[in-house]
Amino acid sequence: MRRFKAFVVKEFYHIFRDTKTLIILFGMPIVQIMLFGYAITNEIKDAKIAILDKSKDHLTVRLSDKILSSGYFQLSEYLYSEAEIEEVFRKGEVKQVVIYDKQFAQKLERDHQAKVQILADATDPNTANTLIKYTSSIINSFQQELAFGNPTPLTIKPEIRMLYNPNLESVFLFVPGLISVILMLISAMMTSISIAREKEIGTMEVLLASPMQPAQVIISKVIPYLILAFSNAIVILLLGYLVFGVPIRGSLLLLLLESILFIVMALSMGILISTITNSQQTALLISLMGLMLPTILLSGFIFPVENMPMPLQLISHLIPAKWFILILKSIMLKGTGILFFWKETLILVGFTFAFTFLSVKKFKIRVA
Amino acid sequence: MTNLAIKTENLTKRYGSLEALKGVDLEVPPGFLFGIIGPDGAGKTSLIRTLATLVLPDGGRASVLGHDVVAEYRSIRNKMGYMPGRFSLYQDLSVLENLQLFASIYDTTIEKNYHLIKDIYQQIEPFKHRRAGQLSGGMKQKLALSCALIHEPEILFLDEPTTGVDPVSRNEFWEMLEDLKKKGISILVSTPYMDEAKLCDMVALIQNGTILSVNTPAEIVDSYNTPLYAIKATNKYQLLKDLKSYSYAASVFPFGEYIHYTDQRGLNVVEELKKHLEANNHSGIEVVSIAPTVEDCFMALMDEQV
Amino acid sequence: MGKTIIEANRLSKIFGSFTAVNEITFMVKEAEIFGFLGANGAGKTTAIKMLTGLLSPTSGEAQVAGFDVYNQTEDIKRNIGYMSQRFSLYEDLTVTENIEFYAGIYGLSRSRIKEKTSELVQKLDLGKVQNALIKSLPLGWRQKLAFSVAIIHDPKIVFLDEPTSGVDPITRRQFWELIYEAAYQGITVFVTTHYMDEAEYCDRISMMVDGKIQALDTPELLKKQFDASTMHEVFVKMARPHEKI
Repeated sequence: MRRFKAFVVKEFYHIFRDTKTLIILFGMPIVQIMLFGYAITNEIKDAKIAILDKSKDHLTVRLSDKILSSGYFQLSEYLYSEAEIEEVFRKGEVKQVVIYDKQFAQKLERDHQAKVQILADATDPNTANTLIKYTSSIINSFQQELAFGNPTPLTIKPEIRMLYNPNLESVFLFVPGLISVILMLISAMMTSISIAREKEIGTMEVLLASPMQPAQVIISKVIPYLILAFSNAIVILLLGYLVFGVPIRGSLLLLLLESILFIVMALSMGILISTITNSQQTALLISLMGLMLPTILLSGFIFPVENMPMPLQLISHLIPAKWFILILKSIMLKGTGILFFWKETLILVGFTFAFTFLSVKKFKIRVA
Repeated sequence: MTNLAIKTENLTKRYGSLEALKGVDLEVPPGFLFGIIGPDGAGKTSLIRTLATLVLPDGGRASVLGHDVVAEYRSIRNKMGYMPGRFSLYQDLSVLENLQLFASIYDTTIEKNYHLIKDIYQQIEPFKHRRAGQLSGGMKQKLALSCALIHEPEILFLDEPTTGVDPVSRNEFWEMLEDLKKKGISILVSTPYMDEAKLCDMVALIQNGTILSVNTPAEIVDSYNTPLYAIKATNKYQLLKDLKSYSYAASVFPFGEYIHYTDQRGLNVVEELKKHLEANNHSGIEVVSIAPTVEDCFMALMDEQV
Repeated sequence: MGKTIIEANRLSKIFGSFTAVNEITFMVKEAEIFGFLGANGAGKTTAIKMLTGLLSPTSGEAQVAGFDVYNQTEDIKRNIGYMSQRFSLYEDLTVTENIEFYAGIYGLSRSRIKEKTSELVQKLDLGKVQNALIKSLPLGWRQKLAFSVAIIHDPKIVFLDEPTSGVDPITRRQFWELIYEAAYQGITVFVTTHYMDEAEYCDRISMMVDGKIQALDTPELLKKQFDASTMHEVFVKMARPHEKI
């Protein structure tokens, strides 16, 4: 046991004395979440919109003014027919089109109800969602302005349509996606590199020459990374919750347990990589190309799996992160329990056993 | 009967098409300081790694302290200390941290075996909080040796511990080995420096995966039975050419300031040589009969092999 | 012995707080075999890098083949050859491909390259393996070829960085014969080594310890000065003057 403790302590020394890597490890989740959070979601200023005003009365002019003077939007052009809508979206500059019904003011005064259509380009779902939210709240406050001193309630009914990606699949998805990418990175990549480093500088040779069992070496090497990855997951969850309001609707305990399962899976993957390489460089390359890219591209983190061509969808089944993201999504966004994703959990357990089995089989008790 | 520290029989090891060990037979009695001497690629590292149970032999047998290197590797690992050719400690850990780590790996403490490493460790103790990566070559070797000794091994395997280290540290290192031998530890050490042979009790000269000779340094030198001459002249290159084309020449090798020369005639030919060289217009001629060094023997043995 | 070809005056190189080379002063004459001795980490490699124009000195002056090491590095590189133990020939090219490549780098004409190639192959007795990959050749052969390639453009000076470490004793001597021949033909040879006995092959030796040149003379005089029988002993006595060996 003392052996084990000494080894874990030594591993922590390595980590904490390598300042650059440490900064990257802890800085990365923060930078990433800010990037995905702010740059993609909230940084909306002067978004280009187009207006199709079929009514052109005093109220539509006032509302348009209010929308355009909010600071969030900038007028790209006025449209004159429905046919032009498709075209402006295609050009890509315009992110949203506001369409007033015919006889807007008249209907509002007569029926106390009028319609505004808001069309958004949802290829970038985060932006679309935010734009819609802003527009709706402007319309809402306009409605209250009008209602002031008016006995009968007036309703301007915004009719919202998302174009190109109607279900807004990945709005809150970036947090679960980010968690899996970062856990993968720390667990698989850092472990494989750190074991490869021992081989490269020759310390593995000295360790093998000692009576220490290979399993002891591996387990004690892996523990610090488990702790590191786990604390990183918590940092991301906290940031997501505090800064962007990403909810955790389900059980927090379950979420953490599933995270540990995923980390252990990734660690066993890292060990497997390290058994087939002898240099840090190769380990890095295999982790990046073989793990990180598929995890980012095929797990549904950035591109929805359903929209992929069939062969890629099949490959995505082999990406552990895909299953983990499904689990996280269920817990965080839908608030469901283990009954709804025991299959995904079992798949992760399966991956873990498979990788561990392979690494134990491949691990050499000798140099050559 | 196996009270030998090391015994190998027809040991072979190959890497792809390269035969690193071509049937090595070796017997090392316990308590010996045994040297394996040969150039790079001769098979020194393969031999040591095989004995240290880090490499599987392809053929033949080997045992260390009576344990088979394949079947009983675990027993050997408990009783041996090993120092690889490269400095293989954690560069980002301090001297003390490295030592502590290796003590815990072997489930012991520094205090328990301090008597063994005391003489060595005291020399680096003033720097015990310095990172191992920042030590000089000589100090690194001392630390590595301390780490290899911390569990009180019965046998030490040292792969080229003195290569590239300055001469002062090399001397000190051999003094330490001498002390350890006195404490009853068997030591197998490899080196590319021929002049270190004389510091061993027994040496094996190795070349191309084959042992050329196993003997005490004195006997190796004694077995060189041709008269050897050291010759010097002002124009060394011309001297070399002239000696090589001399019809009685047996072997001609540059050797530092001198050229080492053997003659086919086998008699004392100092005067003949002087005359010959004078006739060839050499100046500053010096011809002396000398005792061979281990390196002369090594070259003679290499020549025999071809 | 002719004129001075390398001259260094209080040459230093400092990396941050670490002084790798500390005010070294020496000169080397034309066609001399100059040994540059020191343990690993003594500053040999840094010194050689400054002299070959690969690294700019922190202070001091030096001239190599008549050119300044600060601002005439291109001229220096044209007039020197360089061979190191670790990197000199491409392992995945054949013998002739390596020769042709290096001859090409130094701008030898096509006919001259052909001439040189056959000359080298014959001299080093590589006829049978001229189309074999370098990595299939024994270390000793490679080193000899690497040296010949390093002087293929008839440089004024050739720098050899640990050229014979680990080579077997016979090949090592064949290598030294090549060096003697080159010096005989007028090429200055600058050799670094940590083999103390190797130093005795040189005309003059400088001994470097911790970035400084501690001693500089012919092997014979150094041995006399320190009352030693080998260079190894000279080094030990120099480093520990008060102790008995």
